[in-house]
Amino acid sequence: MAVVVILIVIAVGSVLFHLLSPWWWTPIASNWDYIDNTIIITFWITGVVFVAVVLFIAFCVYRFRHNPGKRAAYEPENRVLEFWLATVTAIGVAAMLAPGLFVWNQFITVPNDATEVEVVGQQWLWSFRLPGKDGRLGTAETSDVSSDNPLGINKKDPASLDDIIIQGGELHLPVGKPVKMLLRSLDVVHDFYVPEFRAKMDMIPGSVSYYWFIPTRTGTFEVLCAELCGVGHPQMRGTVVVDTEADYQTWLQQQQTFSQMVASAGEIQAAK
Amino acid sequence: MANIPAGIDDTVPLAEVADVELYHPKSWWTTYVFSQDAKVIAIQYSLTAISIGFVALVLSWLMRIQLAFPGALSFIDAEHYYQFITMHGMIMVIYLLTALFLGGFGNYLIPLMLGARDMVFPYANMLSYWLYLLAVLVLVAGFFVPGGPTGAGWTLYPPQSILSGTPGGKDWGIILMLTSLILFIIGFTMGGLNYVVTVLQGRTRGMTLMRMPLTIWGIFTATVMALLAFPALFVASVMMLFDRVLGTSFFMPTIVEMGEHLKNGGGSPILFQHLFWFFGHPEVYIVALPAFGIVSDLISTHARKNIFGYRMMVWAIVGIGALSFVVWAHHMYVSGMNPKFGFFFATTTLIIAVPTAIKVYNWVLTLWRGDIHLTLPMLFALGFMVTFVNGGLTGLFLGNVVVDVPLAKTLFVVAHFHMVMGVAPIMVVFGAICHWYPKVTGRMLDETLGRVHFFVTFVGAYAIFFPMHYLGLLGVPRRYSELGDTAFIPPSVQALNEFITIMALIVGAAQILFLFNLAWSLRRGKEAGGNPWRATTLEWQTPQTPPAHGNWGKELPVVYRWAYDYSVPGAAQDFIPQNQPNGDRISREPAS
Amino acid sequence: MSTILVFLAGLAVIITWWMAQQRLSSKPWLEANGIHDIPVLTRSAVATEKIGLGVFLAIVGALFTLFISAYFMRMGLQDWWAIPLPRILWLNTGMLVIGSAALHWAKMEVVRNNGNALKLALVTALAATTGFLIGQLFAWKELVTAGYVIADNPANSFFYLITGMHGLHILGGLFVLSRTTSRVWEGAALAKVRLSTELCTIYWHFMLVVWLVLFALFAGWANDFVAICRQVLN
Repeated sequence: MAVVVILIVIAVGSVLFHLLSPWWWTPIASNWDYIDNTIIITFWITGVVFVAVVLFIAFCVYRFRHNPGKRAAYEPENRVLEFWLATVTAIGVAAMLAPGLFVWNQFITVPNDATEVEVVGQQWLWSFRLPGKDGRLGTAETSDVSSDNPLGINKKDPASLDDIIIQGGELHLPVGKPVKMLLRSLDVVHDFYVPEFRAKMDMIPGSVSYYWFIPTRTGTFEVLCAELCGVGHPQMRGTVVVDTEADYQTWLQQQQTFSQMVASAGEIQAAK
Repeated sequence: MANIPAGIDDTVPLAEVADVELYHPKSWWTTYVFSQDAKVIAIQYSLTAISIGFVALVLSWLMRIQLAFPGALSFIDAEHYYQFITMHGMIMVIYLLTALFLGGFGNYLIPLMLGARDMVFPYANMLSYWLYLLAVLVLVAGFFVPGGPTGAGWTLYPPQSILSGTPGGKDWGIILMLTSLILFIIGFTMGGLNYVVTVLQGRTRGMTLMRMPLTIWGIFTATVMALLAFPALFVASVMMLFDRVLGTSFFMPTIVEMGEHLKNGGGSPILFQHLFWFFGHPEVYIVALPAFGIVSDLISTHARKNIFGYRMMVWAIVGIGALSFVVWAHHMYVSGMNPKFGFFFATTTLIIAVPTAIKVYNWVLTLWRGDIHLTLPMLFALGFMVTFVNGGLTGLFLGNVVVDVPLAKTLFVVAHFHMVMGVAPIMVVFGAICHWYPKVTGRMLDETLGRVHFFVTFVGAYAIFFPMHYLGLLGVPRRYSELGDTAFIPPSVQALNEFITIMALIVGAAQILFLFNLAWSLRRGKEAGGNPWRATTLEWQTPQTPPAHGNWGKELPVVYRWAYDYSVPGAAQDFIPQNQPNGDRISREPAS
Repeated sequence: MSTILVFLAGLAVIITWWMAQQRLSSKPWLEANGIHDIPVLTRSAVATEKIGLGVFLAIVGALFTLFISAYFMRMGLQDWWAIPLPRILWLNTGMLVIGSAALHWAKMEVVRNNGNALKLALVTALAATTGFLIGQLFAWKELVTAGYVIADNPANSFFYLITGMHGLHILGGLFVLSRTTSRVWEGAALAKVRLSTELCTIYWHFMLVVWLVLFALFAGWANDFVAICRQVLN
């Protein structure tokens, strides 16, 4: 009978752990509370099923355990019962899938007024690029990477000259404005991951992936790499600061543009 | 054990395989080492798989110690940690679970449960094992070459798997890993052909498909899937080997590695991921379906009740097998592939939950109004149900594309697949070993040791992986050799990590107890007799225990009924063996 | 990956057709046999080895289809330059056709119990197929000499990889065929080599079809076909 007790402890204990544990998601800092809501729906449905099934097993083991002289019932199948169980399951699954697909549609539909921000991953460092006054990012190719052009930005593209380059530093974003993160990698697969934003996406060398979100509160957030990228993977950290609009503008003024960077690199070359 | 009542022998043409077709060993070497007898091959497969699995278990202890007490074992640096994680994952998924379920249980049970003398192509079956052993040796060789084994993670994603930033990437590690996989696949194909064709052609008279035990249905479907899915891993491995050794650019895009431009260019890392997961997702069911099948038989036998909804169970196995080929990209929701695919793959993934749920209901309903004997196999079956339901339900989080976005690549994923694909199938492995050990050895396992092992393993494994989900929900990423100082991770995470590690070490120690039980009971266990569980299926009706070469006496058994005639109203006993004709009320104890 | 899905859909049709004959909706618990009704024999009348070969060919088919899937996916990227096909490939194709035809002839002779013709047919098949393999090596050499080395371009890499993989399968077939041939030479009864002759024939026909598909792929005809399929679907 020990197993019956253990089954009940597992069912009840899991629920208690869920309710009492201090480990829960980080306070959200983006518009993706839809995702959190979908998780809550999923927790409810799956939680009820889990507790029901485990307690039912415990009951069966208790009630129908072997006693001398006892014989099991003979019941090959019960189509009506199976039909209803399948139907109820299908409804439960649909109740999770429908909101999931609905939110996914929002997740991949970038609003037109989103500002593009490029994140470049390399072993084991984050770099960022913001559009300059023209509001556009210039093109870039990994094959153009060189010591004075570490992100491989196309020097001939007029849109790239005023792009703002942040190498290894903090990325600042204005609160309340949609951003489209363009994700690029120079070497291996990385993944730009800020738990508070809920969104994440791999960056694949050779192509550009993206996701979008709206930062909803100011603060400083840690960036982690979420896709194994070699021995330095756990050390690949960065920082995103979400600012008020005024703070953001102040910060933006202090950053270096691509043409300034090329020029200063040229001066260093000339000085040598 | 005559199956045919005297007097009508001449009217019943026997399903006999002419003796000349059966291979006969001629020496000690061909009896025990280079044997073509499926039972010997099964034991060879099982022992090899369990041995290499034990290596992977030790690796997991080392990783857990590093996570809970960083730096406690000074030889574990990031490089070693990633090598351990890679070898642990690859060994457990492929070299232990796949090999044990199909090569071990498949080889032992298919001929016996179907009333055949052996597999249909015994020579290829033998080669299959030796190639598997070679694959294992090549894999283990990784530990002894310069640079050590690969540390690319078991998914081996390029480009990092063949670059210098990853352990073994520019050394021998990755080459040995890919070579080993290729050998494994060739070897498995030889074995798999046997399992499939034996089910098609080796069934004895009367063994229609709908009379087969669900164990056979599970192994059969899983093998068909494996035969079609492993080629994808083969293709991916060969192509990556070309990229690594010959400098091609199948998967290698233009790369600047540590400031150096590489020669490669234009390749697609995503292409590898598609090939890998085209194999990788069916692989989950390649492990799960045999477990589903076996556990159905354990529950039915030890609850003395027919499996509830047998037809539905068969359809669900076949349906899951077919569906599992169109869900692979749910491993790639956040991989940067075309996000529109998410709608399709989320839908197919959640649809697969319906047949899976039906299977769970039918197991539970088999217990209902049963006569439940709490034997070791039954305990493990209960353990399987709980962990599988738990792991299956968390799969609904990860399969539902948008919910996967925050949870992907966190410990939630690790907890999920360990629960559903690690703990749950291993529960079935233990249950199956306890169930068939008496047939293989003629002796029972020690009950007390077995119970201690069960309770520690079941409760311990649950305590390891259930709380781990919540670390993932918090956002703790997987594959971190150390968390370091991370702003959003509170100190309590460290405490939980220590708890999990201690549980892991306790559960690990319990496995040594299990191995001890296996060895001890071999000589000291209680004599089992031919059919200690009073089961209906054919492997319990053999004339000798353990079954002799050729399995059956002079004549093959003839099957008169399905595999689940337990507690039939009016029958003298609460089980009727499959080879007992209807209307023959004389209960026959099989000879032991 | 759509190519492999189409292939698997084809297999699924075959499997479904087979399962449809297995009474999967029967209620087995109601169908126990008595002592006097003889249970049915469940195995197929087709030789077990042939069924085994059929399953094996399905796996080989999946393998090559996966290579083709990868080929199409990689081809869509920018750095692809098609490889010029050496003209010797036409000759090789002819050789393989001769090999396949010779085996077909061998299969008919073994039924007619005509030992001498069988020997001739088997040797012809061996020679023609060996010629195919040597021709493939010449094709490789020609390409390498012309500067189309393996790592230069994905089209080159795929050409060497896939033709090499096909060649290995042919080599395996040659091993079996040469064993059969030597058994015939040693005077084995024709009834005993009939099955292996038939198995070789099936395998050769299959590998010929695979080669024709691959040839079409390398020549670029397959692309036109896929483009048409896409248009039809849209």
